[in-house]
Amino acid sequence: MTETLAIIGAGQAGLSAAASARQEGFEGRIRLIGAEATPPYQRPPLSKAYLKGEFEIDRLHLKPAEFYESADIEMDLGRRIVAIDRDGKTLTDEAGAEIAYDRLIIATGAPPRRLSLPGADAEGVFYLRTLKDSDALRAILDVDGTIVVVGAGYIGLEVAAVARAAGRDVTVLEIADQPLKRVAGPAVSAFFANLHRDEGVDLRLGTGLEEIETTHARVSGVRLTDGSRLPCAAVLVGVGAAPDQGIAADAGLDCDNGVLVDETALTSDPAIWAAGDVANFPSPFYGRRLRLESVPNAIEQGKAAGTNAARAAAGRDPIVYDALPWFWSDQYDVKLQTAGARPPNETPGMAEVIRPGAAGRSFSVWTTLNGALQSVDAINDPAAFLVGKRLIAARGNIDLDALADPSQDLKSLL
Amino acid sequence: MAKITYIESNGAEHVVEAQAGVSVMEAAVRNMVPGIDADCGGACACATCHVYVDPDWLDKTGKRESMEESMLDFAYEPKDNSRLSCQITVTDALDGLVVRLPEQQG
Ligand SMILES: Cc1cc2nc3c(=O)[nH]c(=O)nc-3n(C[C@H](O)[C@H](O)[C@H](O)COP(=O)(O)OP(=O)(O)OC[C@H]3O[C@@H](n4cnc5c(N)ncnc54)[C@H](O)[C@@H]3O)c2cc1C
Ligand code: FES
Repeated sequence: MTETLAIIGAGQAGLSAAASARQEGFEGRIRLIGAEATPPYQRPPLSKAYLKGEFEIDRLHLKPAEFYESADIEMDLGRRIVAIDRDGKTLTDEAGAEIAYDRLIIATGAPPRRLSLPGADAEGVFYLRTLKDSDALRAILDVDGTIVVVGAGYIGLEVAAVARAAGRDVTVLEIADQPLKRVAGPAVSAFFANLHRDEGVDLRLGTGLEEIETTHARVSGVRLTDGSRLPCAAVLVGVGAAPDQGIAADAGLDCDNGVLVDETALTSDPAIWAAGDVANFPSPFYGRRLRLESVPNAIEQGKAAGTNAARAAAGRDPIVYDALPWFWSDQYDVKLQTAGARPPNETPGMAEVIRPGAAGRSFSVWTTLNGALQSVDAINDPAAFLVGKRLIAARGNIDLDALADPSQDLKSLL
Repeated sequence: MAKITYIESNGAEHVVEAQAGVSVMEAAVRNMVPGIDADCGGACACATCHVYVDPDWLDKTGKRESMEESMLDFAYEPKDNSRLSCQITVTDALDGLVVRLPEQQG
């Protein structure tokens, strides 16, 4: 009898898992089940080149149609799974139809956190996760009136940059005292605050949204936590994403800020793995749990989940997921590349040094914990990013004084 | 349209018909040429789309930008004719282009 490997979520991690399971020699059926109607596509351009209109839709697809045929991956799109029955090993979709599985991978991603305040359901309030969201948002870039961006995270700032380039007035509201506070250190946050202000963004820090004002159920303005009001044509909400763990938790899988997996991407059920934005995993390198929202993590952890499902089917030992995290963001003509995972701000034993880059607007921030290099944030400085990646992976201690000295060749540190 | 030949490090050749306007990386991915990972999807952020451009074609494929240059500096076995294939746009003038793939990416 042939086994079925079912994968819930046909995104970056689900695709990687499917391809890797086949590559690892899995001979049974592979069913890639996705709620969206589109075959797996890349999300990063949705807030960058695609939103700008510089990129046609067919360039978003991660694989050509022939790939799914040749790898014999059955695509089941436009189908949302609403329940996992772990005893009966069946999935149920919205229409009540059942799908049997032998092994399962959960790759449901992390949709945007939604606002719950007056006016949040009005027309003209946008979120950005899917192709549809990006198409809807693109349509308003040609309309007059201010665009208010709620949240100065990566997505909010990238949209702000695109909207400015399209000539729109943009106000960004951020409740924290710095943009990117959750993910970056003070130097990088300050750099992006200045960058956006230089580009004409009205960046309001320490300011939140209180209410969305509407006229005929359409956005007409916002009221802020400082009491002021601002007329606007649209609101883009970028206040973070939450792991889509509902069906996993309902099925009794251990969840805590994501579906909890071990270092082989296995959940608390020996027939179920999880990967990508939805998975909360122990990083052998960092010695703590991480849940990452990035393409490289989705690719590599998806690979581990798919490989290990195939290996389990063949009675072989699993591989460990220990790829170094990395990430990038493009805003205006600035490229940020991050290697590693930065310790949360104010972790005891943390130190950092700023190294100027070779070109004008370029520098890098190197963060250590008790002397060991943890992460590098590189602004327009790919050399620092790539050297940093290697140095972190080498797990050595690093001489911060030598690093801070721009006359020292980076390569000599390797 | 332009005919592009990708040669793997083991000598296997893949000839594809590439549409003008996409990158040499995208033309490879769309035609399932192995050996180009392209993790960042063409954002010039990952350096996993490294190729060696056949010396006869170096004039036509253009120059490397400074970002690309620094990325390549740290790629696996960079050479003078190294390029990030996501940074070369296919045009009709590239009809006949030959690129070789490194033994590994990154
Ligand atoms: C606008 C934007 C810009 C980004 N930019 C960058 C960037 O520059 N660099 C970077 O590294 N990362 C970036 N990211 C993050 C990156 O795209 C994600 O980390 C990555 O897509 C995660 O992959 P995933 O497979 O875990 O989730 P997803 O790609 O979100 O895929 C999950 C899929 O599962 C489906 N699904 C969910 N529940 C069910 C269900 N019950 N039944 C069936 N299907 C279901 C969803 O519809 C979705 O299609 C960006 C993200 C966004 C939204
Ligand atoms: S695809 Fe990532 S650098 Fe070319």
